Amino acid sequence: MEKSLLAPGHRACAGCAMPTTIRLVLDAAGPNTIVVSPTGCLEVTTTPFPESAWCVPWIHSLFENASAVASGVEVMLKRRGKDTNLIVIGGDGSTFDIGMGSNSGMFERGHKILYVCYDNEAYMNTGVQRSGSTPFCVNTTTTPSGRQSQGNPRPKKDMPAIALAHRVPYVATASIAFPVDLRRKVKKALQTDGPSYIQVNAPCITGWTFNAGTMVELARLAVDSGLWPLTEYVDGELVGVKKVRRPKPVQEYLKLQGRYKHLFKGAQGPDLLGKIQAIADANIAKYKLVD
Amino acid sequence: MSEKTTNMKVVEGSYAVAHAVMCCRPDVISAYPITPQTHIVENLSQMVADGDLDSEFLTVDSEFSALSVLIGASACGARSYSSTTSQGLALMYEVLYNVSGMRIPIVMNVANRAIGAPLNIWNDQQDAIGARDVGWIQIYAEDVQEAVDATLQAYKIAEDAQVRTPVMVCMDGFVLTHVYEPVHLLDKELAREFLPDYKPANILDPAHPMTFGAFADPSTFTEFRYQQFEAQQKALVKIEDVAREFEETFGRYYGGLLDGYFLDDAETVIVTLGSVVGTIKDAIDDMRSAGKKVGLLKLRSYRPFPVQALRKALKNANCIAVIEKDVSIGCEAGLVTDLKSAFYNSNIRTPIIGFVAGLGGRDITIKDIKKIVARAEASRKGIESEFEFLNLRTEIL
Repeated sequence: MEKSLLAPGHRACAGCAMPTTIRLVLDAAGPNTIVVSPTGCLEVTTTPFPESAWCVPWIHSLFENASAVASGVEVMLKRRGKDTNLIVIGGDGSTFDIGMGSNSGMFERGHKILYVCYDNEAYMNTGVQRSGSTPFCVNTTTTPSGRQSQGNPRPKKDMPAIALAHRVPYVATASIAFPVDLRRKVKKALQTDGPSYIQVNAPCITGWTFNAGTMVELARLAVDSGLWPLTEYVDGELVGVKKVRRPKPVQEYLKLQGRYKHLFKGAQGPDLLGKIQAIADANIAKYKLVD
Repeated sequence: MSEKTTNMKVVEGSYAVAHAVMCCRPDVISAYPITPQTHIVENLSQMVADGDLDSEFLTVDSEFSALSVLIGASACGARSYSSTTSQGLALMYEVLYNVSGMRIPIVMNVANRAIGAPLNIWNDQQDAIGARDVGWIQIYAEDVQEAVDATLQAYKIAEDAQVRTPVMVCMDGFVLTHVYEPVHLLDKELAREFLPDYKPANILDPAHPMTFGAFADPSTFTEFRYQQFEAQQKALVKIEDVAREFEETFGRYYGGLLDGYFLDDAETVIVTLGSVVGTIKDAIDDMRSAGKKVGLLKLRSYRPFPVQALRKALKNANCIAVIEKDVSIGCEAGLVTDLKSAFYNSNIRTPIIGFVAGLGGRDITIKDIKKIVARAEASRKGIESEFEFLNLRTEIL
């Protein structure tokens, strides 16, 4: 195996899917790549001055402007006639929420930029607060379960649909549990003449609380339960879906994570688990995940 | 004035500035429309559309994105330009610090305007003065010609290897952006000679991977800030040098850090920034005819704040009136506070009276200036009020 373009020695938690995501993305993209990142775990764990884990050119400015910064990079690459891959890698906080205006502008202007969101479904860098990506019933530090609360009361924001509404020509979801699929999607996205968006399910050991060593298993269960369908859209058309042979009940995925612990204790648990199962069933029907 | 090197035309201030920007040859321009900045960026868009300006013009979703785009472009080696005002500058606030902290030499015209609430589109300088601590150099223009010339000078200052600090060229909204007056438009070739192409030492390049925008912990953060502080001290020299170099090439000079009008023998000195200088000069002409020894100190560079130059220029005054179009709600106003602090540890004990005037576009007249001078002169016998709002309409309070 070739040397990774994300050097070892970064400071991410053991059991974090973020560096795994970056390595898979960079494996596919190769060294002729520039990466732009918003503020978040990624930036904090890979670039404590004077150290850097990045073996490709990398720039960070602020939490909510990575797509705008990347837009400036892109116009200069074009102006100088450079054929360099340009990738934004950011978490769900910057992607779904605070950076939405900047992302919308970048998508709408049609820059040739691949935006990869490592989606760990909450604001992990600041201590596991709810984001627009946090799924239904998840316990976070700002949507805690309690005597009168069952965690996050709202479903996850459908960010791929928002990208599609901007007519982003390549939109996909991916998972670190399916690295071949993820790398293929990155390569395909980089061939796109325009913006592309890939959302990667990225378990966070601190925020989700699971046993070390089960990160990949969890990511696989998210796909196999139907809660994280692997999809691929080209020019707005659904062109690819990863089939699930025999869908696992969502409980198998949820019970391994501390963030859903309250659902397995209280009286309302069975009802809420049923509602989460309904979300998975709807995905299975919508994307025809089962043959 | 060197007529052979420039052609004089009656044009709108915004066009003149856009023309100056064209002569600076930015690779990337990004801006978001906001009154009264709009004519500047509309003119630039037309220059690009007509092929007169070879720049990438990015229309974006906000001022926040406009300045952010320029960070990415500059990191790839672009000379970059933006323009904004008021609420737009406020929306950029976080990015302003980022640009200066990353030592990116962006130049931006600020068409000075009030900040709401209440909403007000007219001129004052609350926007830029409120952003005095963000690490940008701030140059204030008296008239359109100065705004034009300062824009070209700004790139030379910003891109200097010792300075590497972004510059705001501040020009009063409407008063200067929308006025038509005779201007020496810059000569393209002379501008090129004066301002060579931008060649930064470090850029985002896969052949030489570098990390931009790392985070700094307590063991290094202070030193980053100190270096910015030092760069602004070096800019004190550079601003003066560039003004002199500009004079050699274009034949115009109106002070580097500051300029005076009947300053040398003045007993009462008015200190101010921006376009109100014109009115003050007329008022001084009147007062001088009446035998009053009144003079003016026009501050061009507010950041860096030229403490030594101010001490020297004001040492003979026996009373000082500061007129400014901003207020620091809770403690006087920007310029008067800074000026007092510049004198505190010197042996100058001249009374300094601060006047807030012209907020939200209210006119400042010759009569007002004379009133201010009379008020300041009275302070020699003892300061009654050291800070006041000029012409308060007490009947509506």
